[in-house]
Amino acid sequence: MSEALSVHPEIVTTHDVHHDEHGGGHHKETFISKYIFSMDHKTIGKQFLITGIIWAIIGGLFSVLFRLQLGYPDQSFPILETFFGHWAKGGQIQPEFYYALVTMHGTVLVFFVLTAGLSGTFANILIPLQIGARDMASPMLNMLSYWFFFLASVIMLSSLFIQTGPASGGWTIYPPLSALGQASDGSKLGMDLWLVSMAMFIVSSLLGGLNYISTILNMRTKGMSMTRMPLTIWAMFFTAVLGVLSFPVLLSGAILLLFDRNLGTSFFLSDIVVNGEVLPNEGGSAILFQHLFWFLGHPEVYIILLPAMGMVSEIMSVNSRKPIFGYMAMLGSLFAIAILAFLVWAHHMFVTGLNPFLGSIFVLLTLLIAVPSAIKVFNWLTTLWRGNIRFTPAMLFAIGFVSLFISGGLTGIFLGNSTIDIHLHDTMFVVAHFHIVMGVASFFGMFAGVYHWFPKMFGRYLNNTLGYIHFWVTMVGAYLIFWPMHYEGLAGMPRRYLDKSGWVSFNQFGDLDKMITVVSIIVFAVQLMFVFNFFYSIFKGRKVTTQNPWGANTLEWTTPIRPGHGNWVGEIPEVHRWPYDYGKDGRDFIPQTEPIGANESKH
Amino acid sequence: MQTTFIVAILVLGFLVTFQIAKASEYVAILRGEERSRKQSNKINGFLLLVFLIAGLIGVYYCNEQLKGKILGAPASDHGVLVDRMLYITLALTFIVFVITQVALFWFSYKYQESDNRKAYYYPHNNKLEVIWTVIPAITLTVLVGFGIFYWFKITGEAPKDAMQVEIVGSQFKWEYRYPGADKVLGKKYFKEISDARNNPLGQLWDDPANHDDIYVSGEPMHLVVNKPVKLVIGAKDVIHDVGLAHFRMKMDAVPGTPTTMWFTPTKTTADMKKETKNPDFVYEISCDQMCGKGHWSMRGEIIVETQEEFDAWLAKKDPQYAKIVPAKKMEPAKDSTTAPAVLKDSVIAQVIK
Repeated sequence: MSEALSVHPEIVTTHDVHHDEHGGGHHKETFISKYIFSMDHKTIGKQFLITGIIWAIIGGLFSVLFRLQLGYPDQSFPILETFFGHWAKGGQIQPEFYYALVTMHGTVLVFFVLTAGLSGTFANILIPLQIGARDMASPMLNMLSYWFFFLASVIMLSSLFIQTGPASGGWTIYPPLSALGQASDGSKLGMDLWLVSMAMFIVSSLLGGLNYISTILNMRTKGMSMTRMPLTIWAMFFTAVLGVLSFPVLLSGAILLLFDRNLGTSFFLSDIVVNGEVLPNEGGSAILFQHLFWFLGHPEVYIILLPAMGMVSEIMSVNSRKPIFGYMAMLGSLFAIAILAFLVWAHHMFVTGLNPFLGSIFVLLTLLIAVPSAIKVFNWLTTLWRGNIRFTPAMLFAIGFVSLFISGGLTGIFLGNSTIDIHLHDTMFVVAHFHIVMGVASFFGMFAGVYHWFPKMFGRYLNNTLGYIHFWVTMVGAYLIFWPMHYEGLAGMPRRYLDKSGWVSFNQFGDLDKMITVVSIIVFAVQLMFVFNFFYSIFKGRKVTTQNPWGANTLEWTTPIRPGHGNWVGEIPEVHRWPYDYGKDGRDFIPQTEPIGANESKH
Repeated sequence: MQTTFIVAILVLGFLVTFQIAKASEYVAILRGEERSRKQSNKINGFLLLVFLIAGLIGVYYCNEQLKGKILGAPASDHGVLVDRMLYITLALTFIVFVITQVALFWFSYKYQESDNRKAYYYPHNNKLEVIWTVIPAITLTVLVGFGIFYWFKITGEAPKDAMQVEIVGSQFKWEYRYPGADKVLGKKYFKEISDARNNPLGQLWDDPANHDDIYVSGEPMHLVVNKPVKLVIGAKDVIHDVGLAHFRMKMDAVPGTPTTMWFTPTKTTADMKKETKNPDFVYEISCDQMCGKGHWSMRGEIIVETQEEFDAWLAKKDPQYAKIVPAKKMEPAKDSTTAPAVLKDSVIAQVIK
């Protein structure tokens, strides 16, 4: 660590020289180089965010459509036929359409919104600003990372408009269903597009991740040792490491699946008779794909969750006017979660015929994750304890995050236990669990981040009143939607059932499904209101007039209100302390740039 | 017309909200930003407390409304274990849930910003951190211990006297096979599957164990109450899953990789009709793994009955082999081990091929 620090001054100096050249007018920025093919990490972050928002609207709209089917299976909505033609014949969502919606909802929100839109946005914006760097290690690769994501988006979007429809075998695309066009329309061209799009997405994610890691390891400003970094940066760091190690495994799975689909190989196919046609494939293993998929798929949920945890820790400390409790324990638990994330994937596969002994090992490792998670929750609670809390919209979303993380985390203890998983596997209980803990909770982390750093991004505030309405409706709505859903799962109702009227065991929840549908429409409308607030405030929001509106310690608030490319005018500030000196020695906050005073107490 | 109306109302409601929000911003500036910030802080702090109380009442109300609609007592021996594990976990997690949620919202409310208070500088406390690492670890050890103990009981070897039934999934139906008098399911090879040749499961007729196997489709699977059953699970096209909600059992059906599960049904269908006071009660087999556009309708039924009823039902069935060679109805082989060794080898060779 000390070695890394001792070489730092040189790096910083060369950077400053470089920057001064920029300032000298050698480099005129055009519209294209400033806003489109920009290499400024802040602009790239905003590009990720806005693309993520557009995807979130699409993905959210899909969920409203299939909730209409679930809540009102017998009702006809002629307007759907107007828009979707034969996909909604007679105003009723057809099964193929339903499954396409479910699949795309999952794919879009998991990958395009909560991976690219969340860590792509905040890693880009916050890493250089909070560690004191002028930009990413490689601005060029960083730009490419966004444009590969854009390419992936275009391909995925185009798959929505082809004759046979997009992929529709669920976001987990288990073969043989996803490998055989004969078995499902969505497994025709749509599936190839899905796989190619995901390959592009993985390239994007790797370019971004490698950049984040090298930036954090090499480009910290003078005095910013690893343990003086804000927890946001630690979370982004572990997120990037998880992504770099696990996404290539999904890529291998995707490529093998492409081979099986198009080149006649049998990696995942064996002993298949589909629609009376006997296929020649023998010797493959359908379960092998699930291992490859979940080796990414489980770390992926932490790729989604860790950035939210990091931002929540930061925002909670700032707004409680109190240091985060147990910085080292928070760090240790992030590390433990990152390690365990790689060792639990088979808990998604307890009922695939997995060897029961192997299953028991995965039970043990899975429930171990509850320990670092519990530490994090208790530390957040203690951070609030005896604070002086300001409820900005960001802070409310951070509190909401903790509440949802508790609720969804506890149901994970049910599912991680193979004995209970036998009954609950692939039921609505699973849907409720991961939507709360990974979906809504991460969204709350993302909202918290947007409300908190919007002033840094655009030099204006979001409208507070709309922010409060947004929070309260979303918070109440999220619980109304997903809490009772656990009961459907306890009754054994399988997920992805679009109409339960033919079943004796699962048709008792009609009113509940209606309620959930109505609430989800309201919640979706409120998200649209947030989107409006977002774009309106970029141009018309209340202007930020002080450099440090939240009274925060971290470095991003030492930059100008609207920082240019290079972030700091003049030298990058030096760091003298950790970022959580709030309420110390009777002072409200002590920025990281302030040297340790002679009489200052130690922590 | 109706849709336009709803859209108009939504747009109108949105505009009103937006105008109020904008106005409140101006008012805040007029009245002094600091003052109105403090006021909204108080309101939100109070709302957090309201949310906590209303939420806990909501949790109770939700449970009252829905607890009768989730499945009643389990109908298998393994189901009893699953439910016990479920309730142990529920009890523990519910305690943690209440404590942590109350702490979260109560702290938020109690320590909301006030001019009279300074935040307490409290960066860490090793003793506390050790305590809340060790307590969850111990609790989880208990849960893991119970869980793995039950898990091995459920997934262990089926008892020797268990009856065998094969269940095969395909888009979007279930088919069954009973082993017949020899109690052995004959060998299969997927390339033999042909509806035209009366061989829906791909049985190999060279294997005498197949000659008495009874194929059942288009009607419920029949099981005997209090008799262990081992299901041999297969799939023809894509992955399906045999979900038996009442028995609390579930296992994937994977093409190319046969799986098994066993349990003992403890209540006949008639018992359950009485217990649930539902004359239409049936045990259902649900497909729990996404398998295509008909996934939601892939339904099977099970009838659990006494041994006598079962024997009477099975006696009415002819082996599938009888349809292949209708002219000379084969005597069912008493035991597959009596089959000539050469024949067996050739069957195995065929399977391997």
